[in-house]
Amino acid sequence: MAQAIPFPQDRTCPYHPPTGYRPLSAEGPLNRVTLYDDTEAWLVTGHAEAQALLTDPRLSADRQNPAFPLIARRFELSRREPLALLGVDDPLHNKQRRTLIPTFGVKRVAAMRPRIQRVVDELLDALVAQGPPAELVASFALPVPSIVICELLGVPYADHDFFEEASRRILRSATAEETDAGRRELMDYLGDLVDRKTKTAGGGAGHGDLADGRAAAPAADATPEGVLDELVRDRLSDGTLDRDELVRLALILLVAGHETTANMISLGTFTLLEHPDQLRALRADPELTRDAVEELLRFLSIADGLVRVATEDIEVAGQTIRADDGVILSAAAVNRDTTVYPDADDLDVRRNARHHLAFGFGIHQCLGQNLARAELEIALHSLLTRLPDLRLAVPAQEIRMKPGDTIQGLIELPVTWGRG
Amino acid sequence: MRVTIDTGVCIGAGQCVLTAPKVFTQDDDGFSELLPGCEDGAGDPMVREAVRACPVRAITLEEDQGA
Repeated sequence: MAQAIPFPQDRTCPYHPPTGYRPLSAEGPLNRVTLYDDTEAWLVTGHAEAQALLTDPRLSADRQNPAFPLIARRFELSRREPLALLGVDDPLHNKQRRTLIPTFGVKRVAAMRPRIQRVVDELLDALVAQGPPAELVASFALPVPSIVICELLGVPYADHDFFEEASRRILRSATAEETDAGRRELMDYLGDLVDRKTKTAGGGAGHGDLADGRAAAPAADATPEGVLDELVRDRLSDGTLDRDELVRLALILLVAGHETTANMISLGTFTLLEHPDQLRALRADPELTRDAVEELLRFLSIADGLVRVATEDIEVAGQTIRADDGVILSAAAVNRDTTVYPDADDLDVRRNARHHLAFGFGIHQCLGQNLARAELEIALHSLLTRLPDLRLAVPAQEIRMKPGDTIQGLIELPVTWGRG
Repeated sequence: MRVTIDTGVCIGAGQCVLTAPKVFTQDDDGFSELLPGCEDGAGDPMVREAVRACPVRAITLEEDQGA
């Protein structure tokens, strides 16, 4: 076997996996990689092997397992605190997920589409009124999912500068201390929000409530109503979730709910602008929007590197993953597996990109995927319709990317249109 | 052919609804179920794709005897 190559690596092109991963896929579906701290882990690049492993209960997502591999220095304090949903195994994971399944179901998301469309339209109205040029991440890609997840959860959007910055620290800090500080700030903020909602709901906040007189004036403490209020009313009161668990869930929903979709909107727009034939095809036939979104999800695979640890020996592709071995599944490599996607390195909005792993696979497959699809379809379609001659305002080579050890995306996307 | 969904396993990802919307739907709680009259897959070739797409393998197909 070839010498273990480093993982993760930075992309050189925003929409292609790092060129440094190329030797891996050529070696076979399972390879050894070296992490930042010189430890080794398995990297899975084959589609069939990744699906089999992600449905295998012998792979654990438990971030508190001492053998759980860390892919960047910033995760070094992450074993201290449980990470709700994506960092826990069944049965705890299943209990947490079940409290949220109704919220992100196909029907509830379909009912949200008109509201998402209004959010998108208002942001585009503001862009057009202000005129070109514009920076699309801050003016469109980030606010769309940020407003939507705030309204869904019942988090005041007025606080978005604070929680977007805290999310940035959690996802992109260089040090474990700064990451942990971002996490604690956001936990404190959401804990306070949950406590205020508990008071407003009038139950579960403890016996001092009525006595301290604040219960008589709930309006002063009122926050926008959303899923967090439902969880307080239904799941906190019946003991399904305790207060800290609810706050941890809120943190995951808030962070995962805006950063990922924002990156897909900005990087998806950039990728279409860099593939003018595909952009023309999509503009000529808006019915292609759904397939185009699916293809962009496959092609861009912004959440590369699904991390697990083996709890028992597992035989895969003629190799043995030993108990306590770290296993990383590269969504970007898996989604370019040519045995599943012919000409996988070509963007093809007419391709039927089913069975991609952009949202993962197995019990941890993205809870918000239906909401993400709705946001992406509406945002991309409306942006391209409203600004028919949208183009980059700077050369493509000057567009700055996020580093390889976090969710992939663009730091800024300067665009122009019309005579701008 | 008989299609069954293990709702104890279903995680509400909605992949089956997305893949074969003529056969699968979700109940109001977000769990997958078969549309009325679709217990036999309604001859939809996408049912097999939906089985593949399910991230937790909650859907099973039982072929008819002798088929």
